[in-house]
Amino acid sequence: MTDFNIVYTLALIVVAFGAVMTTVGYLTLAERKISAYVQDRIGPDRAGPFGLLQPLADGIKMFFKEDSTPKHVDKIFFFLAPGIGVATALLAFSIVPFGPSSPPPGPVSVDAGRPLELAITTHEAEMKAYQEHTTFAIAPGLDIGILFSFAIGSLVVYGIILGGWSANNKYALLGSLRSSAQIISYEIPLGMSILGLILFTGSLNLEVILDYQIKHGWFILYQPLAFLLFLVSVYAECNRLPFDLPEAEQELVGGFHTEFGSMKLGLLLMVDYIHMITTSFFMAILFFGGWHLPFGLTNFDGITGLVIKVAVLGFKTFIFLMLYMLVRWTIPRFKFDQLMGLAWQVMIPLAIINLVTVMVIREFKLTPWILTATSLVTFFAAATISTRDNPAANKKRVVVRKPEPVTT
Amino acid sequence: MSASSASVRFIEEPKIGFLERMYIPAIMEGLSITVGHIFKPQVKTEQYPEQEPELPPNYRGVHRLNRDTNDRVKCVACYMCATACPAHCIDIVAAPAPAEWKDREKYPETFVIDELRCIYCGMCEEACPVDAIELTTLYDLTGLSREQMIFDKEKLLSVFDQTTKPDPHRGNKITDPVRTRSGLLGPAAELPTVK
Repeated sequence: MTDFNIVYTLALIVVAFGAVMTTVGYLTLAERKISAYVQDRIGPDRAGPFGLLQPLADGIKMFFKEDSTPKHVDKIFFFLAPGIGVATALLAFSIVPFGPSSPPPGPVSVDAGRPLELAITTHEAEMKAYQEHTTFAIAPGLDIGILFSFAIGSLVVYGIILGGWSANNKYALLGSLRSSAQIISYEIPLGMSILGLILFTGSLNLEVILDYQIKHGWFILYQPLAFLLFLVSVYAECNRLPFDLPEAEQELVGGFHTEFGSMKLGLLLMVDYIHMITTSFFMAILFFGGWHLPFGLTNFDGITGLVIKVAVLGFKTFIFLMLYMLVRWTIPRFKFDQLMGLAWQVMIPLAIINLVTVMVIREFKLTPWILTATSLVTFFAAATISTRDNPAANKKRVVVRKPEPVTT
Repeated sequence: MSASSASVRFIEEPKIGFLERMYIPAIMEGLSITVGHIFKPQVKTEQYPEQEPELPPNYRGVHRLNRDTNDRVKCVACYMCATACPAHCIDIVAAPAPAEWKDREKYPETFVIDELRCIYCGMCEEACPVDAIELTTLYDLTGLSREQMIFDKEKLLSVFDQTTKPDPHRGNKITDPVRTRSGLLGPAAELPTVK
């Protein structure tokens, strides 16, 4: 990596930060509105037209509430936890190309009939062109790309663990304990589900992964099983509803953020939403071709192309964000043993099988469409195995009893 | 006493099929219901300050003291409402009726209801033999102090005047027309009048 335009990068950081924070604000409104509509209510509609100023009002409220710190907390970590959460969640966003992107040039290739000098000058020219084109990622051309994002993203759990532990409260501690167990378990299928993509593209760079999909078709076609695993793991990573045990209101008061108030609580709540935005971008970019649409629908140049591509990517991300909120009101929360069972007994074996299939296909240079078939076969096989009647586990319960004679 | 097992019906739990146990089709079905509610909202929310609620005529709101056709208070100070009141919020001081009021012996010199102690059970209305006290549909009762919420006779009579006249704030309709036989005293008071 050589130097990039610092002014441009700073401007991009400001724009991206503003956009993410605004989206977080409006996601809270969308969350409340969608929850309301699903439950046949109206939702917030007083602040501005259709309640559009509600996030602003919420923010002002959060800032001006009394910032009380309970006497029994560990002060340092209590103040540190929300900051760590938000900072790491925002850092994970830095590699996401949220607009049209082009892949960085590969390493210098030396052919037999080509002089080394020429190869190096060509590479340098390509590199210069890459550096000068308009980029939409804060850190473009980062070769560890998605690995960086996952590494930083899983640090978010430190905000939750520290928050729960420093609060010195049993509910908070239980919430953060659950969170650590859950996130450690779901990191494994999360990472393994995208290993298959990386084997195909040969790069961790999101721009390269995107470029591969533009040339060969979206990964959802080849790896539906990997997408399903990724989707489920990501819901668990974000503590969204089917897996929201860390903050299960009904049993743990507020979970890890029980003792927090005012903007510290606001920051902790924002972490989940920032994470949701980042992971929605990942789902759109890794499996649904990012800004790309098939049949040349996005083959435009100049400003028109720019706007269309940003809009397409934004739309795909929006769909996944909406899915997050709809799933919340569709599936009830898992029990903790079911949560762990799903991760270790179902998703990790499936991810391993998927990964092995990808390896076989890459080794023997088979067409990736085989993977589509094997994904479906694996899924149905797993479903059959898990739903077969286990006589040892399902002892026939006596459900019909003979009526006893009534004695008075 | 526990239920006898003869009266208990045991039901076999429904068998979960292959599709349901695979999660995905069941989740899709659930999602379709969720999405259906978003595109076909069945909202029945009343927008309260703009939209007044439709209250049934027997709603139990603020009290009023009814007037008869001569604009006199109907109350005969029999203390039956004060006796019936479970919250003890009615305080009446009786006095001999003026000489020209030939149809009764007593009238309330003061009639005070503590609206903060009242539980709005409506027992005073049931107990009243002359239909003098009634509960109106006024529900938005507010005050700036406890003293303001103690309603005396004049205040309760003004509630009667307010609720039996067309209300400009509620589309010029009479919110609480007199429900009982207007102008006449109740059955208990229909004694032979002293000539």
